[in-house]
Amino acid sequence: MILVTAIIKPFALGDVKDALERLGVLGMTVSEVQGFGRQKGHTEVYRGAEYTVDFVPKVRVEVVVADDVASKVVDVVVGAAHTGKIGDGKVWTTRVEQIVRVRTGERGGDAL
Amino acid sequence: MKITRVDTGNTAYLLGCAALVMLMTPGLALFYGGMVRAKSVLNMMMMSVVALGVVTLVWVLVGFSLAFGDSNGGLIGNFSFVGLRDTTAVVGHGIPLQVFAMFQLMFAVITGALLSGAVADRARFWPWALFVGLWTLVVYVPLAHWIFAVDGFSSAHGGWMANALGALDFAGGTAVEINSGASALALALVLGKRRGWPREPMRPHNLPNVLLGTGLLWFGWFGFNAGSALSAGAVAGNAFVTTMTASAAAVVAWLVLEHRLDGRPTSLGGASAAVAGLVAITPACGFVDTFGALVIGLLAGVVCQLAIRLKYRLGYDDSLDVVAIHGVGGLLGMLLIGFFATEAVNPAGADGLLYGGGPGQLGRQLVAVLATAAFAFTVTYVLAWLISRTIGFRVDPEVESEGIDEAEHAETAYDFTPLTSSIGRTT
Repeated sequence: MILVTAIIKPFALGDVKDALERLGVLGMTVSEVQGFGRQKGHTEVYRGAEYTVDFVPKVRVEVVVADDVASKVVDVVVGAAHTGKIGDGKVWTTRVEQIVRVRTGERGGDAL
Repeated sequence: MKITRVDTGNTAYLLGCAALVMLMTPGLALFYGGMVRAKSVLNMMMMSVVALGVVTLVWVLVGFSLAFGDSNGGLIGNFSFVGLRDTTAVVGHGIPLQVFAMFQLMFAVITGALLSGAVADRARFWPWALFVGLWTLVVYVPLAHWIFAVDGFSSAHGGWMANALGALDFAGGTAVEINSGASALALALVLGKRRGWPREPMRPHNLPNVLLGTGLLWFGWFGFNAGSALSAGAVAGNAFVTTMTASAAAVVAWLVLEHRLDGRPTSLGGASAAVAGLVAITPACGFVDTFGALVIGLLAGVVCQLAIRLKYRLGYDDSLDVVAIHGVGGLLGMLLIGFFATEAVNPAGADGLLYGGGPGQLGRQLVAVLATAAFAFTVTYVLAWLISRTIGFRVDPEVESEGIDEAEHAETAYDFTPLTSSIGRTT
């Protein structure tokens, strides 16, 4: 099993979610996060005092999927979150050792 | 001198205006509260709340009497109205003296509350409450006497600035605005900078609150300025027009300049501009016409905005810019009276330089400005220093970094904790 983690622009979340649902992904975890990559932060000015805001708001999407669909899931997320402008985000995969469904105790692929 | 017949129109008008000015202090609490960080908004607002409490008590007990009782050499009133006794008499414009006392009280309250902007995030609550009460007595009351106590109104003899000198200040450019600016500077110097200022970001936490407060201040200011005519008539009408015009001009001027200097017109800029325009027109509103108000407002939008940058150059942490907006704005309005005053709008005023009046009035305005600033700064500095050296004025460094709301009031303004089950009742 593979954990696919995507850091995307907040407004892209709807498209990414729809695309994953169309692909048959049955669940996901979403969190609001802050950070910066090459986009860096932005500046705000209050009564002439300039502040640099280093971290910009992003959304982190996490899904765990079977090995054989992982690369397809990555492609779909990248496709849905892509605008071509700086700050689109990143997607990466992590191998997952074990997974358990809390309600039934099912393990591995059955728990997905 | 004594008029025995109540003018119901003027009395009703002044009661309404007094209530409008009262609303400015809660408005100021929102205006200031939105500008500080989330961890100190309650303390910021509480400084205004306790000013409503303490200053009112000081005023009705002895403050009004010392400000408007018969003068001792033009410097201070006497004790004839202590506890507001003997204030049921009807005075000029057919107003009961009691009503005038309440109208003037609201000015005292907001002036004290204004100072709190200079010491955001770092003043202990009870020392502040003590300060604002004593400050009203030793700084505000004498200044109000000097400029607002007109000979033969509440008493036979009034203050030196309004009568002997003949300075013009319609609604408080000296006693309220320059006073609060100069006193705020002294207070900020005694308490010192906030930890981390100006390196750490201390951006406003709630700009919609600032704008709501601005709206209440602007609304209340019509009572402040037009009410200072003390009668519902042509002079009050003129003050209303000039108040609106100057504030509007300041908003436009400030936003255009801000866009050029900083790249964007900001909401905090618009809010600050409205207040700067209102401050600058305050002393002039009953003496200048619409054209004068327009120029005063435009200049306020430019000069006050540039004055804010001074604190970074000179290194004093006047946290919410009381000096730049109230001190400088008040100074501007007082001096511009010397140019733009015209007897065409108010025969009780004067003609300024532009209306053939010569430089005399400008000179009188300058004397009033300097006397007010010097007195306010000096006495406030001594008072704040005494409180600082005896009971202590400033919170501990840990309190400042963790947030003054929690330490001084045992409250937090906003519930940022989604895990409510981790908060248990203890009683």
